[in-house]
Amino acid sequence: MTDTQTLVMGAVAYAPKVVTIWDGFKEYFAKRNFSFDYVLYSNYERQVEAMFSGSIHLAWNSPLAWIRAERMAHAANVPVRAMAMRDSDCDLTSVIVVRNEAPIKSLADLNGKKVAVGAVDSPQATLIPLDYLRSQGLKPGTDFTVQRFDVLGGKHGDHIGGERDAARALMTGQVDAACMIDGNHLLFISEGTLPQGQTRVLAQTPKYDHCNFSVGPSAPSDLIECFRTLLFGMSYADPEVRPLFDLEGLKAWKEGRVSGYQLLDHAVAEAGFYDARGNITVTDYRY
Amino acid sequence: MMLAEISPSPIIDINDLGLDRGAHLLIKRALRDVPVAAKLGVRGTAPDLNVHLMGWCRAQGHQLEFANNGTAWITRGDAQAGRWRDSEQAGGSDANASGAVADFPKAAWGLAARGATVEAGAPEFHFTFAAKETIWANEAAHIYAQAVAAQWNPDEAIDWSATVELPEEIEDAVVQVMTFLIENENAALLVPARFLGQVHPHFREVLQVLAIQIADEARHVEVFTRRAVLKSKRLGLSTAGGQASLKTLFEESEFAIASFLLSVLGEGTFVSLLHFLHLHAPDPVTRQIAKLTARDEARHVAFGMAHLQYQLKNDSGLRSRLAMAIENRFESLSQTAGLNEEVFDALVLLAAGQWSPEAIAQGYAKVQTLKEDMAEGRQLRLHRLGFDSSESNRLASLHTRNFM
Repeated sequence: MTDTQTLVMGAVAYAPKVVTIWDGFKEYFAKRNFSFDYVLYSNYERQVEAMFSGSIHLAWNSPLAWIRAERMAHAANVPVRAMAMRDSDCDLTSVIVVRNEAPIKSLADLNGKKVAVGAVDSPQATLIPLDYLRSQGLKPGTDFTVQRFDVLGGKHGDHIGGERDAARALMTGQVDAACMIDGNHLLFISEGTLPQGQTRVLAQTPKYDHCNFSVGPSAPSDLIECFRTLLFGMSYADPEVRPLFDLEGLKAWKEGRVSGYQLLDHAVAEAGFYDARGNITVTDYRY
Repeated sequence: MMLAEISPSPIIDINDLGLDRGAHLLIKRALRDVPVAAKLGVRGTAPDLNVHLMGWCRAQGHQLEFANNGTAWITRGDAQAGRWRDSEQAGGSDANASGAVADFPKAAWGLAARGATVEAGAPEFHFTFAAKETIWANEAAHIYAQAVAAQWNPDEAIDWSATVELPEEIEDAVVQVMTFLIENENAALLVPARFLGQVHPHFREVLQVLAIQIADEARHVEVFTRRAVLKSKRLGLSTAGGQASLKTLFEESEFAIASFLLSVLGEGTFVSLLHFLHLHAPDPVTRQIAKLTARDEARHVAFGMAHLQYQLKNDSGLRSRLAMAIENRFESLSQTAGLNEEVFDALVLLAAGQWSPEAIAQGYAKVQTLKEDMAEGRQLRLHRLGFDSSESNRLASLHTRNFM
């Protein structure tokens, strides 16, 4: 169990930089006399469970982990809340990309085609785009084939390797379309994974939100309040903070909001990823 | 790009240029003129422009919204301005400008160009020589420029095809002298090389001088080696005493003392030796080599003198440390043989050019004159560094008998 003097946060080790990031935060908080520690998990599922077992007070959660936490909290009748998020977590979209010369002009043309997605648990490269196609009348696995690029299950797509593999498969002709987060289309072009001018965006999903600091039921409110004050006092203009922000991909912390998770919540239900109580119901998920 | 003033906020038209082809340059340029929290409109026809703008603005910390007419409105975030808050200029590019070269450049200026604007929070580089006084010379830029202009290509500057037909033992003497020179030039290459990596790059001109000095020595090692093996299959002898002398130089950790022992005393003495070889060597190739290398060595001496004169102005204890360095070196080498007999004899024979008693006598006398020239040169340089006449004479006489 956690002590009452130290705020303990969970984070998922999706890349080595995660240690640098949270060690940096720990040091930043320590300099301001705030006792903070973090626990690394290899996957979001165990991290969310730890929020409810009391092992951690709060969690740096993926949007999918938030959906599960919310469902588990609802089932147990305990509170969870999204306290803060990065500016870059707001208003993302996913895109479905095709080769420029492909005779695919509308979503209907994907009928009978092969669509590449990311990891089974990637909100941005799998769950949300597939649900979007479903909403447009295209049933995954029935109207089109889904080619999954599973990289690091349990990391909820934080590792963009799956998206990159999907993009590569698009260019080799292995698939007809690939799903990715909007910013990654430009990234993959600039890094050369997708040759400039040889792909186009066929469709774009509505906006959704990404990660948040999820406060668990056991979190001491005074520690959370102190954490919150320090968090929102961080500035990109501070050279001590800037490297951490750059690594974590933000310019400023924003108030947490849950209005941007409806698309994913719907996608989770349609895909049968979790049940209403937050149990994992998807079958081929290894983490 | 066209700036239109159809609304209070500026709008740029990027035509069909997409962010996948560099449009961010135009957008960034236009945003520079927009205050934080104010808006910039972007119009364009590139495919996927809006999708890419969403990702780009998010990553840059700007807000983005789209108007019904298709214009993308970017609200400038404060991240970019924040990044350069508390940045500072790392001195000035022109060393002659007032304040351009800092007395104590900051560790966080690191590898930045002198004169660059350095972001706050850059990593610290802990260079051993980060105080101007310990490394600087006002003449460094001038000496470097001279060195660049005076570089020579051994293939072109030396006529390797010139006739070199010497009696076997005279050729052996030349080979022995070349062997000695190579050994000493290895020291002259490695000593500045060991300091080079420890000097704060803020002192750019010093780095440049040391770097080109190292290149000079690399070339000297080449030409001495080529001359040694021009006719002979093997090189000469290397003595324990000679290496012991060089090792005391090699292990010196204070730049001023190393400059003093290596450049002012050692290379200064070598300039005399190379002039001697230029005058008395028995073949044209050796004479050409000696002339070219002497010119380079004279520059190395000039830099050593310039640095010491600079440091002596502010470091009152330096002069006595320099004297002590000579004395300590003399003490530590007192049990060694000094200049190895083989080198001394080779110089006599080389200057004699033949085996007759008269020629040997002349050769011997020339080498004695050389030693006097060397000592006089050292006295003169010591005097220029502020040692009085008697101290200059005493210290000059304590210099290693190994020459370098």
